[in-house]
Amino acid sequence: MRVGGTNCDAETKRAFDELGVHAEVAHVNELVKRGRLLEYHALVFPGGFSYGDYVRAGAIWAKWILAKMGKELKVFVDENRPILGICNGLQVLVEAGLLPGFEGVSPYPEASLATNVPPGYNCRWVYLKHENNGKCVFTSKIPKGKVLRVPVAHSEGRFIFAKEKEKRLLERLYENDQLVFRYCKKNGEYAEGHYPANPNGSFHDIAGICNPEGTIFGLMPHPERAFYWWQQPDWTRQRQMPQCGDGKLIFEGLINHLEKEK
Amino acid sequence: MTTRLYIRREATFPVFEINVLEAADQQLLEISRELGVGLNLQEMKAVKEYFKKKGRNPTDVELQTIGQTWSEHCFHKTFKGKIKMGEKEIDSLFKTYIARVTEEINPKWCFSVFEDNAGIIRFDKGYGVAAKVETHNHPSAIEPFGGAATGVGGVIRDILGVWADPIACTDVLGFGPLNFDYSKLPPGVKHPKYIYMGVVAGIGSYGNNMGIPTVSGAIYFDESYIGNVVVYCGCVGLLPLKKFSKNAKPNDIILLAGGKTGRDGIHGVTFASAELTEKSEEVSRPAVQIANPIEEEKLKRAIITVRDRELASAITDLGGGGLSSAVGETAKKFGCGAVVELDKVPLKYPGLAPWEIYVSESQERMLLAVPPENLGKVLEIFENEDVEATAIGKYTQDKLLRIYYRGEKVAEMDISFLFEPPKTVRTAKYEPSNFEEPVFPEPKNLTDIVLQLLSSPNIASKESVIRSYDHEVKGNTTLKPLQGEFGGPNDAAVIKPLENSWKGIAISCGMNPNYGKIDTYWMAASAIDEAVRNNVAVGGRRIALLDNFTWGNPEKPERLGSLVKACEACYKFARAFRTPFISGKDSLYNESPLGPVTPTLLITALGIVPDIRLTVSMDVKEAGDAVYIVGRTFAELGGSEYYRLKGFVGKTVPKVHGVQAKRTFSAITKAVDLGLVKACHDLSEGGLAVAAAEMAFAGGYGLELDLRKVPCEALARNDFVLFSESNSRFLVEVSERDKKDFETLMKGTVCAEIGTVSEKQRLCIKGLDGEAVVDASLAELLASWKKTLSSGV
Repeated sequence: MRVGGTNCDAETKRAFDELGVHAEVAHVNELVKRGRLLEYHALVFPGGFSYGDYVRAGAIWAKWILAKMGKELKVFVDENRPILGICNGLQVLVEAGLLPGFEGVSPYPEASLATNVPPGYNCRWVYLKHENNGKCVFTSKIPKGKVLRVPVAHSEGRFIFAKEKEKRLLERLYENDQLVFRYCKKNGEYAEGHYPANPNGSFHDIAGICNPEGTIFGLMPHPERAFYWWQQPDWTRQRQMPQCGDGKLIFEGLINHLEKEK
Repeated sequence: MTTRLYIRREATFPVFEINVLEAADQQLLEISRELGVGLNLQEMKAVKEYFKKKGRNPTDVELQTIGQTWSEHCFHKTFKGKIKMGEKEIDSLFKTYIARVTEEINPKWCFSVFEDNAGIIRFDKGYGVAAKVETHNHPSAIEPFGGAATGVGGVIRDILGVWADPIACTDVLGFGPLNFDYSKLPPGVKHPKYIYMGVVAGIGSYGNNMGIPTVSGAIYFDESYIGNVVVYCGCVGLLPLKKFSKNAKPNDIILLAGGKTGRDGIHGVTFASAELTEKSEEVSRPAVQIANPIEEEKLKRAIITVRDRELASAITDLGGGGLSSAVGETAKKFGCGAVVELDKVPLKYPGLAPWEIYVSESQERMLLAVPPENLGKVLEIFENEDVEATAIGKYTQDKLLRIYYRGEKVAEMDISFLFEPPKTVRTAKYEPSNFEEPVFPEPKNLTDIVLQLLSSPNIASKESVIRSYDHEVKGNTTLKPLQGEFGGPNDAAVIKPLENSWKGIAISCGMNPNYGKIDTYWMAASAIDEAVRNNVAVGGRRIALLDNFTWGNPEKPERLGSLVKACEACYKFARAFRTPFISGKDSLYNESPLGPVTPTLLITALGIVPDIRLTVSMDVKEAGDAVYIVGRTFAELGGSEYYRLKGFVGKTVPKVHGVQAKRTFSAITKAVDLGLVKACHDLSEGGLAVAAAEMAFAGGYGLELDLRKVPCEALARNDFVLFSESNSRFLVEVSERDKKDFETLMKGTVCAEIGTVSEKQRLCIKGLDGEAVVDASLAELLASWKKTLSSGV
């Protein structure tokens, strides 16, 4: 799905095309006009600057969808159809109350993606450690503890909870197996908030989370930019060219899940 | 204001008739000044003549339209006009030097050059690559963020203006020293740091928001940029050539699409064609437009859809001069006239006078020509993207421009008159600079000099800026601006634009303002050489060039003289390298209370990489490999970073030996294609020492080099061999087993093995007497390179 300001839709669609899945880039206006949301098995909120990210990143798109197609979206969520949010997409899912979604869709954002620390837009490759025990349908095929390499590019990616609740909410993320990716170093040690391994100062190095059902998943990094080997920053150094980038695993995970569901 | 010169018409809106017929010369100039149309006496007289024949006075709409169309910014008087220089008389710098290169080489792969908003070359059978680089110096000096952002927005529209989909942006910037003493700033001049932060943020915000990767660029610091910031914004686009439709016909609808029109950007072009003064802030603030990248993002989507469904007959962007130049130029191009109803133009707020609507440079607007039968479909496409599009008139059989407001005619002029301004004749004088070659002893500790050079602003890492630009979006950047784990500086960026093809585009640039202080001829030659060798270093070939001039006031003979010299070099060396110019732009009148800008020529090179899998990066790859230097080193330190560090400019500016250089470039390309080159880095600012250091810390291996093996001419000092900035040179890493093949291949070029890649994490260089002259750990080299601009923006 896209709106004015979405700009990572083409490469995201390309990832699905490459894996032999039919994906459409649909403008929100079109979905609303024809009420077509439920024709799809899965929904992706790609990266970009929806509506210029005015107010707060993702805020306008989130409210817009809830207002214009809240009903269909609720059905979509209740039927556990998978939803993926990348970068701006994660910001939307959080603003819309779909993530972390401790008690299902929340009427207000339970977390926030605050401005980076250190401040400013930051485009770099980072390492992610897979933390999920199998709940997240997008990563269930990825072994726990595996380190993935994917780029980030954002200025508002610092995942935080309300200070007074953060301890408790973090525990709940673990209890529900909602933690999916944490920023780490090349060797897999957690970034522990240290820049640049943790590129934005995220609480507990959180890079991606899913809802308690594991069907809604959002992450700040861009798997669609780590799909091919030639997208990697140092491929010119490697004697043996890798088959693909780590980002591919996430799209494959989604497709595996959809096949199971059929 | 002398009233009798301006007669207000009986109308429900403000429109004046300007009494030029009765005006004496002095008053003509007065009118030009008071209306801010920036026409000189010769031009005002031509206007008077024309309207005398018509037997009436011009309206303000007409006079403003003329002012815009004839401005330096829109018409490039200097490049198209006559120039007397000593005995020589040059009829159009542009034709004589720039366009001539392309005509003489006349490559089949040039699709459309100097025709449109952007130049287009063939990429493969079906696709073309469009490229344009814009200057946005004046606005950025007044309002850095807005000025730079709208510079990016403008050049992206130039690409859309040839039906191309923007796939990459470039930015080359020039600022005053960031540590410049506030108290020394003259009134009206903003501090370099403020301008730097604003410009960088402005460029980032526009490119990032539009989802176009900013992949290539450079930042230079020079005292002369304090009062004249230099902002070059470039954009590269991709288009299916068969969708390139430019054939507007009479009765086609004039469709204005995108943002609303307001008072922002009134007289932008006349402002850009004048010197900056203390008053610029208050006088010209309205000339700076306001950017809204999201509007342009949506506009882009709609335009690409219209293109793919082949619903429009022509397109052009609204930039300098707003509607006045867009409508006029389109009509001229297709030999039509045009009728425009200004009251149809959607406004940001009421109260604009007709002439303001017509010349406003409000951003994110494009002008399409649409056959009447397609109008419905086109409007629907724009509506689906939440973009406003309005029919504001149509093209006509007659060759007249007619403008109406609320049913009343406010302008009627012959298109031909609009595009035949009196030819400007300027005189140029060339004076060689009087710098002396400095005399000083060779410093004891050259390791320190290397470290200092690495942290000198022009060489130091620009990482804090580069990372604030999204250079990954679209997922097609295969060679990134920063290389490897430690972010070494790649010579060019490579984009892989098509899914089903390994073919790539290499984008690089060359700029040596410091040489321009000594000799603009060799500056231009060096800029071309640098742009081309950067491109060759990563595997680019079949290179096309873009030229962007930032110069002082051309009405001053010696400034113009140095411009002529630079153009001569452009012809000579682009011809020698067989690299045609496909597009360009000049920004003159870059003068401030602190004096003129250092003559600054940016050359942007666009190369083709047949297979991106053969792309070469600049970081050393493996211990034990051999390191070669290709190209001869001369005693050429004039304008070098080394002399700057020592507080000199010098005289011995680097020259270019066209034939030898061309041979070197072809040999490197062959070696790359045969996979013999593991790493390749061009030698530029800081010379051999800096290039070697960068390759080493980018790759994480040490280097052991020996200056005695470096092919030199008339060089007996270690510091000169280390830091000379002679052109057409590369450092190349070759694995042991490929040495023979590489050496055979390089026969006929100047090439020598000067050392090896080592496990030791140090850069060690033996001097001419065999003693170590440079010995530093990669860690300290990297640290000095990164510290200067690490603070970020």
